[in-house]
Amino acid sequence: MENIIEASGLRKSFGPTQALDGLDLVVRRGEVHGFLGPNGAGKSTTIRVLLGLLKADGGSATLFGGDPWKDAVTLHKRLAYVPGDVTLWPSLTGGEVIDLLARLRGGGDKGKRDELIQRFELDPRKKGRTYSKGNRQKVALVAALASDAELLILDEPTSGLDPLMESVFQDCINAERQNGRTVLLSSHILAEAEALCDRVSIIRAGKTVETGTLAELRHLTRTSISADLASPPDGLATMPGVHDFVVEGSRVKFQVDTAVLDETLRHLASLGVRGLTSQPPTLEELFLRHYQSEGAQS
Amino acid sequence: MTALAGTGQLLRLALRRDRFILPLWAILLALFPASVAGSFKALYPDPVELAKFAKSMIASPSITGFYGPIFAPNLGSLSAWRSGILVIIAALAVSLTVIRHTRNEEEQGRRELLGATVVGRPAQLVAALLLAFGTSAVIGVLAALGLASAAPGAGAWAFGLEYAVICAFFGAVAGLAAQLTQSARTARWIVGAALGGSFLLRAAGDANGDENSVLSWISPIGFAQRIRPYAGERWWIGGVLLLIAVAFGLWAYKLAGSRDIDAGLVAPRPGPPRAGRSLSSPLGLAWRLQRGGLIGWLIGFAVISGVLGSAATTASDALKDSPELAEMFQRLGGATALGDLFMVTLISITAIAAAAQGIQAAVRARTEETTGRLEPILATAVGRTRWNAGYVLFALGGPVLSMLVVGLVGGLSYGGSSGDVSGQLPRILGAALVSLPAIWLTVAIVLALFGLAPRLVAAGWVLLAAFLLLGQLGAVLQLSQWALDLSPFTHTPHLPGGAMTWTPLIWLSLLSVALGALGFAGFRRRDVG
Ligand SMILES: Nc1ncnc2c1ncn2[C@@H]1O[C@H](COP(=O)(O)OP(=O)(O)OP(=O)(O)O)[C@@H](O)[C@H]1O
Ligand SMILES: [Mg+2]
Repeated sequence: MENIIEASGLRKSFGPTQALDGLDLVVRRGEVHGFLGPNGAGKSTTIRVLLGLLKADGGSATLFGGDPWKDAVTLHKRLAYVPGDVTLWPSLTGGEVIDLLARLRGGGDKGKRDELIQRFELDPRKKGRTYSKGNRQKVALVAALASDAELLILDEPTSGLDPLMESVFQDCINAERQNGRTVLLSSHILAEAEALCDRVSIIRAGKTVETGTLAELRHLTRTSISADLASPPDGLATMPGVHDFVVEGSRVKFQVDTAVLDETLRHLASLGVRGLTSQPPTLEELFLRHYQSEGAQS
Repeated sequence: MTALAGTGQLLRLALRRDRFILPLWAILLALFPASVAGSFKALYPDPVELAKFAKSMIASPSITGFYGPIFAPNLGSLSAWRSGILVIIAALAVSLTVIRHTRNEEEQGRRELLGATVVGRPAQLVAALLLAFGTSAVIGVLAALGLASAAPGAGAWAFGLEYAVICAFFGAVAGLAAQLTQSARTARWIVGAALGGSFLLRAAGDANGDENSVLSWISPIGFAQRIRPYAGERWWIGGVLLLIAVAFGLWAYKLAGSRDIDAGLVAPRPGPPRAGRSLSSPLGLAWRLQRGGLIGWLIGFAVISGVLGSAATTASDALKDSPELAEMFQRLGGATALGDLFMVTLISITAIAAAAQGIQAAVRARTEETTGRLEPILATAVGRTRWNAGYVLFALGGPVLSMLVVGLVGGLSYGGSSGDVSGQLPRILGAALVSLPAIWLTVAIVLALFGLAPRLVAAGWVLLAAFLLLGQLGAVLQLSQWALDLSPFTHTPHLPGGAMTWTPLIWLSLLSVALGALGFAGFRRRDVG
């Protein structure tokens, strides 16, 4: 079986709020899949549907080929989950919570548990009430990473981690990828997504607006060009794929879709280039375009 | 006055959040004494008859032990006396409100959010105490006005004062408890213990038949009752208790102004780095989270049944002294002996408390869900039904243990003081267990709500309060039978002493099973979170 998670046309509403509005998501075996989108886009809702905590109103979802609602318990033996908001039991220590979750999943690796506790510099003897936000998150992360689950579902797992811990986290995820584990990673940290993810899905208002590998997505981004030209920039402004065209004396500034970069540069060269700077496409821009409501349509 | 900055805003916030529930219970509780008085008037229109009834009650130390002394054989005094249980409920409601607006807010992290604005450190406490004192005053005034309409006189205002100062006092105790412990739950336990302790002290004191027992005087409830509405009012007592309440409030204020946020009296200690073997199943987790509460309940039940069980026999002595009274009580309660009647009352009150224990366990399941702690559990290989079963076990099985304790301890102390342990123990134990189906049904309604309409789970408390009022005041208020029948506790045979009937027990149990099953089925089908 190739796809670990398959969802198509998922719909879910909470009263008047349409949280999911025909969402599609495919996560392949062995990949780290980034799940991105602005606040309230429906990431956590999707994850809860996949975990069988919410019942979708429409569409279909399969997890390991099974029904996430009906086969919840059997499917859960094969996955580990870190919630977006980690709340712990005030009277239980972090170590107890880690062990409890491992046992409820059906066993875990003691050696790995202790190693992870050390790597994340977590004190397992503190009571749930007394952990800081980042440390609460670490408790859930250690519990998930120490498991031998095939699939890790992580809902913004690093939103409270310091940069040092963030890099430990990235090392761990890369190691899990080596071990052939599949990861669904929802995140707001684009650098993290760039560093870790093989493929990403971007969702907005409950719909998937873009999905693909990072290279494919880069293709959708625009390169910023600033050039000093020998002759007037005839025809440049109207070329397909050229945006935000500005002329300042002999200088021109514009953005160009990465897909038509080659033709544009050739036309530019024909105008006589005296100086040229170009800024490589960043995912940041792509995300911003998609995150902004109008930007995605244009 | 920077310490008090923001108090007004916070008070308004609290009033807004409680704008429906607060007036509802305050008005209900304040108006009940008037209807009690109205019913007494209707039952005993002739003052001579009324005085006769009052005298028979006064002559029975076990009755005065339970409800407190009747200071004078007149309508007002009798109504004030019979409303004593309401005062305790009102005090409980006021103190829980204080904890909800102080320690609970803090535990949920909302105080931090507000504390960073222009709000003084103790402002939240002060707002909650103002709310509590204000509510107490309103309840007092309403109760006085209501009672004055049925039994005019300064006594009505004395009763209002008694009502208000008891509520204010326990509100202040709650404010203090909220400063001492890190968790709102522990603070609620402290308040419950304080209320229960005051009640027991007063009960033990008044059961001696001596109006001036030291035990009653040192109990805040007993102390306030000695304001003696309609029986030569002692107004100063209200002033003294109010001063004590204010002193407690100031103490809490001082603590609130000087302690760290989220801190209690005891600093948290580190715990085990690994989980013990018992913590490896949903049931193990439920046990771990609820064992403290369960033990607390069982201790409470043991103390109450022990103290009141031994007080019951003084009633039997009184009965022997006056055959005329005995006959009267047989007519009144239908029980063969006064002691039995007392045990019936004791068991019916503890049954309500055991139902509260069950509801608490059921509500706790909902709390696990809303705080997001259920989500990671259900994301493991634990099915919904298996998880739910742990809480259902505590909700239905906890009361079984409690009623066993009531039956055993109550039977031992009742039998011990009447010199007939082997005879009384099985009777009392049986009587205690017979109330289980009604308890189960009450809890099962909440379990069904958890599965089918989880947002309404807290309505279980309203339901329980309604059952309590129906049981305690339904007869006095002369409600019609169908209204009384709404409470499952009405259908429990009045044991010991009454006739045993199996039919209602079977019906109640079957209904409980059906509702419990509905709850399970609903929880399997609904969204979690
Ligand atoms: N239980 C619920 N009841 C009502 N509305 C809900 C509920 N859960 C989610 N929503 C709504 O559904 C929408 C999607 O929420 P969701 O939590 O999935 O967003 P998200 O993408 O995870 O956002 P974030 O990045 O902030 O975590 C939001 O509008 C939210 O308000
Ligand atoms: Mg989210």
